[in-house]
Amino acid sequence: MRDSIVRLEKAAKAFATPEGQTVTALDAIDLDVSRNEFLTLLGPSGCGKTTLLQAISGFVQLDGGHILIDGEDMTDRPPYRRPVNTVFQNYALFPHMTVGENTGYALEVAGVAKAERTKRVGDALRMVGLEGMEGRKPRQLSGGQQQRVALARAIIARPKLLLLDEPLSALDKNLRQSMQIELKTLQHELGISFIFVTHDQQEALTMSDRVAVLSGGRIQQLDTPRAIYDQPKNSFVATFVGASNLFEGEAGSGQLVTKDGLSISHGRQGATGAATALIRPEQFFIAQSGDSAPGLDVDLEQIVFVGSTFELFGRTVTGRRVIAEIPAMRRSLVGEIEQSRRARLAYDPAAVHLLPAEAA
Amino acid sequence: MTSIAFRRRAQLAVLLGPVSLFLAVFFLGPLAIMIVTSFLAPGLYGGVEWTWYPHNYGRILGFADPMFEDFDPIYIAIFLRSLKIAAMTVLATLLVCYPAAFCISRLSDRWKNFCLFLITLPFFTSLIVRLFIWVLILRPTGLANEVLIGTGIVSRPLDLIYTDGAIILGMVYVFIPFMFMPVYASVEKLDWTLVRASLDLGAGPIRTFLRIILPLTAPGIAGGAVIVFIPALGNFVVPAILGGAKVMMLGNLIEQQFLAARNWPFGSALAMMVMTVMLVLLFIHVVVSGRRGFDPATGH
Repeated sequence: MRDSIVRLEKAAKAFATPEGQTVTALDAIDLDVSRNEFLTLLGPSGCGKTTLLQAISGFVQLDGGHILIDGEDMTDRPPYRRPVNTVFQNYALFPHMTVGENTGYALEVAGVAKAERTKRVGDALRMVGLEGMEGRKPRQLSGGQQQRVALARAIIARPKLLLLDEPLSALDKNLRQSMQIELKTLQHELGISFIFVTHDQQEALTMSDRVAVLSGGRIQQLDTPRAIYDQPKNSFVATFVGASNLFEGEAGSGQLVTKDGLSISHGRQGATGAATALIRPEQFFIAQSGDSAPGLDVDLEQIVFVGSTFELFGRTVTGRRVIAEIPAMRRSLVGEIEQSRRARLAYDPAAVHLLPAEAA
Repeated sequence: MTSIAFRRRAQLAVLLGPVSLFLAVFFLGPLAIMIVTSFLAPGLYGGVEWTWYPHNYGRILGFADPMFEDFDPIYIAIFLRSLKIAAMTVLATLLVCYPAAFCISRLSDRWKNFCLFLITLPFFTSLIVRLFIWVLILRPTGLANEVLIGTGIVSRPLDLIYTDGAIILGMVYVFIPFMFMPVYASVEKLDWTLVRASLDLGAGPIRTFLRIILPLTAPGIAGGAVIVFIPALGNFVVPAILGGAKVMMLGNLIEQQFLAARNWPFGSALAMMVMTVMLVLLFIHVVVSGRRGFDPATGH
């Protein structure tokens, strides 16, 4: 069994809306986070990911179930008695305190002596690349620097678990990407488990050891980034993480036939019954004469150049939309089909993933 | 050549002209008259004698002309009592308004506006009428005593009216809106994620209040304290109605000197003393709040 740092057992929470309805934010969630793991909670807004995070930090009281941190039941403990710290979305730095006072706040509260505090504040700031900034006020720092102070402040007391609530969403794209890598490195150095909340699937795939995809207060799938992407368990996960082409139909051995009569080849031999085939856009390639791979004939509606790839938006003869991504180095081929506005999009049947049919 | 800077200055002059003129005529003018009067000798039957006479201040501070006017420590006592009552008014209004501001700031917008309307409601009725209602409540046969006797808490009517307590009660009643507005403005602005961050970092509710909530709402508290303290110190309506003849405050004393005793120079000297205290307090307030806002990066 894996060494668990956080365990949620049937964690449940419902909110009453002002209109008098109840919204289930957490629907009996079971979750185990291992020591030294980087886990991401991914989902659209309103999926329950922030509620889950706040249940762990103690700002949301569960209606049912338990939360254990490092084996201790924390369900009824207030936030200030949990060995957990949070990096907030808008940084939440104390404006009336200096960077040094902000960073050292958790130690000051815990009664750590001034000399040791000063030393550890220096260490923490060095760790996030803000050496010697102790005397500044938060408003004198850039967004990225404030983010780092928030990080230093949250890790200084060596919590057992660090919670990050969409901490990078306010940063611009380049800074966000470099912070993603820094966060990952920092997590390795510290050896603390991170639970990271985001609605950005790219961010989730880049940083995490495991990703929990949430929707409707439930964990739809909890797996490694690759498994989430390659073998999504249901169509919600398939469409939320990455772009996808889904074909619902009746599966037979090696073939799936959709209602509108398309036939999709897949690698699964014994499959039967209703199922959905998933083909990622980048799995398509443009078939040339003589290619024996299975494919779909499409009329192209739009070809978009996005730098490293071309995105092709097409329709099958039955009117179904298909998205394909063709590497930009194949631009001569793209030039040809741009003329004809028609293409045969081929794929490797082994790369086609079959999802079980879902109750509508 | 009319440069942009010149035109901007001309605009400013036009905009500030009326208010400057008004203040010069109706504030600085009377103030100058009062300063001059406070150094003149009182006339035998009112009015002033045009002679240099610093003993008006001496009567208050202890260097009086023993032939004509005597030093009397009663004036300093009244001064101190007024300071005390004004300070207690500030404290009491703060204790009422601070928690209320937190409650109201967390209501929905509709309820919030309704509550703010309620706070300003007393302004719709005359202050004198409202204070006389307190007389009806507090007098020996008033509502308060009837309730206390009726419920058997006391057997004989208490002396409620014409006490320091009655004055403070009246002052609090009058000045609550003045304290509430600045306190509410700073409480409303408080970012609650900062409170969460403090709790998250291990600070309990009391420490979070002292280290985060109190310092961040301090500007509103200081503003409210100044706005209440200054008029409370010079107020003469409340002590006149609820303090009767027993409790004298500075405002009454000054009023008496001008109207009853017809000693304008002494009244002016008293008024100048009050103003000096207020200016000193305002100066401290400006310096302290200015330092809080000082930004070493920009130098402002």
